[in-house]
Amino acid sequence: MDLELAADHATFRAAVRELAQGAVAPLAAEVDRDHRFPEEAVRAAAEAGLLGVLIPSEYGGAGLDALAFAICIEELAQACASTSVIVDVHTSVGSEPILLFGNEEQKRTWLPRLASGELLGAFALTEPASGSDAASLQASARRTGDGYVLNGTKIFITNVGHAGLYVVFARSGPEERAAGVSAFLVPAATPGVRVGQVFKKMGLNGSPTGELVLEDVAVPAGNRLGAEGQGFTVAMRALDSGRIGISGQALGIAQAAVDESRALLAQRARQQGDDFLLADMATRLESARLLAYHAAWLCSLGRPFTRQASMAKLHCTDTAMQLALDALQLAGEEGAVSGSPFERHVRDAKALQIYEGSNQIQRMVIAREVLR
Amino acid sequence: MDFELTEEQVAIRDTIRALVQDRVAPRAAEIDEKAEYPKDIEKVFADNGILGIPFPEQYGGISGSSVTICMGIEEIAKACATSSLILAVQALGSYPILVAGSEEQKKRLCPPLAAGEKVAAYALSETGSGSDAAAMKTHAKRYGNEYVLNGAKQFITAGSVAGTLVVFAQTDAEADHRGISAFVLERETSPWQASKLEHKLGIRGSPTAQLVFEDVKVPAANRLGEEGAGFKLALAVLDRSRPGIGAQALGIAEGAFDYALNYVKDRQQFGQPISAFQGIQFMLADIATQIEAARHLVYRAATKVDAKAPDLTKIAAMAKLFASDMAMKVTTDCVQLLGGYGYISDYPVERMMRDAKITQIYEGTNQIQRVVIARALLR
Repeated sequence: MDLELAADHATFRAAVRELAQGAVAPLAAEVDRDHRFPEEAVRAAAEAGLLGVLIPSEYGGAGLDALAFAICIEELAQACASTSVIVDVHTSVGSEPILLFGNEEQKRTWLPRLASGELLGAFALTEPASGSDAASLQASARRTGDGYVLNGTKIFITNVGHAGLYVVFARSGPEERAAGVSAFLVPAATPGVRVGQVFKKMGLNGSPTGELVLEDVAVPAGNRLGAEGQGFTVAMRALDSGRIGISGQALGIAQAAVDESRALLAQRARQQGDDFLLADMATRLESARLLAYHAAWLCSLGRPFTRQASMAKLHCTDTAMQLALDALQLAGEEGAVSGSPFERHVRDAKALQIYEGSNQIQRMVIAREVLR
Repeated sequence: MDFELTEEQVAIRDTIRALVQDRVAPRAAEIDEKAEYPKDIEKVFADNGILGIPFPEQYGGISGSSVTICMGIEEIAKACATSSLILAVQALGSYPILVAGSEEQKKRLCPPLAAGEKVAAYALSETGSGSDAAAMKTHAKRYGNEYVLNGAKQFITAGSVAGTLVVFAQTDAEADHRGISAFVLERETSPWQASKLEHKLGIRGSPTAQLVFEDVKVPAANRLGEEGAGFKLALAVLDRSRPGIGAQALGIAEGAFDYALNYVKDRQQFGQPISAFQGIQFMLADIATQIEAARHLVYRAATKVDAKAPDLTKIAAMAKLFASDMAMKVTTDCVQLLGGYGYISDYPVERMMRDAKITQIYEGTNQIQRVVIARALLR
């Protein structure tokens, strides 16, 4: 057993950290305050190759593994949680399904453009009445001569309006629930694709979240990802590794909360109550990180990792929420005002317990796996 | 033991409840979004006697009971935490006068507040003196029949809108906390400067201000109690006001839970309302139990304020600590119950979660409450 990062991963982490601290962190307070897409940060990440971490080099990516991906998102999140979720959704659920389920032509067409950042990816599964119960989705894909016509409304779509390519899930056949769902690659420029309401949220203000409306969107048959009726499998597999990314995001927020708490306590007369809280925070963070890296390691080896990914997502995001609250408590009223990172972490962290499968869904998955 | 409210308290509660539904609830989201002090709500409270609740009848008010104050704060906080602070701070800013004021001072200073002609505020914290109140730098020097006040106060709720301000200042820097005295400043005769702090996490409509005093003249007749008695008064006031913050936390949690409970009964997933899932049911049971436990502690503390009980300090700190920690956890869970909808501003629970956090911080952080409780236990 070796719980140290290999040299390659450590080097990669150092490189991402330099970029994140140099080009991403300085924007974090501003994009939050102004609800602005962190264009420069995403461009800097693209130029550094961070939008193609999981994409093999033959398709223009870096060809790195799930652990590198987790580390990448962790480092970005430590600098700016909004930027990290933009890159995370693009990389995992927005691009990886093409890698895993696409045919050669689809890979050659889309992966290089996603890897370079020419196109930003997004994932459109959730609907107003279909959240945790994803198999109940109602968007339709009607077969025509040479393709499909898509109709429906997707909600809570990260990267909405900025994505160039959406992975969209819709009902292509009469089969009930999961069996009737297919996945489609829908370029944002396709006629009939429209951005609906973009939500004002509690946090992650730099990352747009909103509705994607599909009105008679004609998609060629060549844009169907995987077989007809395989869409739900595509979605669930995408979310499995997506959870590794969200775990990384949670670790980054939690690490930032711990680091800022350390800096704060270094400047004031510490009491034992402060020390005990900091000790608990650091211990929780360490346990969460090991859980997340274990899930990523299993995924990299091609071994089953569903259970570990759900445990990591649950534990890492609960940890991020608690540590963000603890850190704000240490900071007191100063931490609750005026662009303070402490209050921002609290607002950002809450989303992580909800998206990519709420933590209630993670518990259902974990229990199912444990009882198997 | 008697857990029932009096008829009078029930009547006051029902009046406030109806008023809140009618006038406050519809404004809550907008107050948060615009981060503006709701002067209109202050007027509604003034016109309906709510600002008079902290005062006994002989000073123009309608109650003066901590139980009634807590009830009022709780009812308002269910809909809008910012608005509940208008009553909470009216009580906080008036307690020093009611606790330490002479009969002449009470008769002179209370009626305009009780009538809602102006609101009160309480200025203790400074940039370098938060939890450690004795380290304050603001000072007052006596010249004949008046004092001249200099210094600055930080994080003063309603400090920019108040007409009456109780300020704590050093009158004898050599004497440490025994050199602190309390003064009542009235804006017309002793004006102070205030700048509002922007971009808060929560209670965004409640102006949190930085106050500056440059040679502000205060009549000696507006000193509360003896010189040097201010620190003891500051603590005595916080003992009385902390149940009110507990009540605010309680109301925030109840407001979020009311909303979330209706939501889970309505929201269908997997062919049934999500309230049919045991995982959700356990969350509901835990939330309701925590709210109930906090409610009892808050009202227990309030009855001790009214009874001037000797162990008030400990119970008041417990009520504030427990209710605010409860509110933070409960509102976080209520956002969770609404899922993605909980996270967006079209729904009220994310605001309630943001509002809950400050209850763990102000009027003595929860770390300070623990220190107070431990000190009382180890005495």
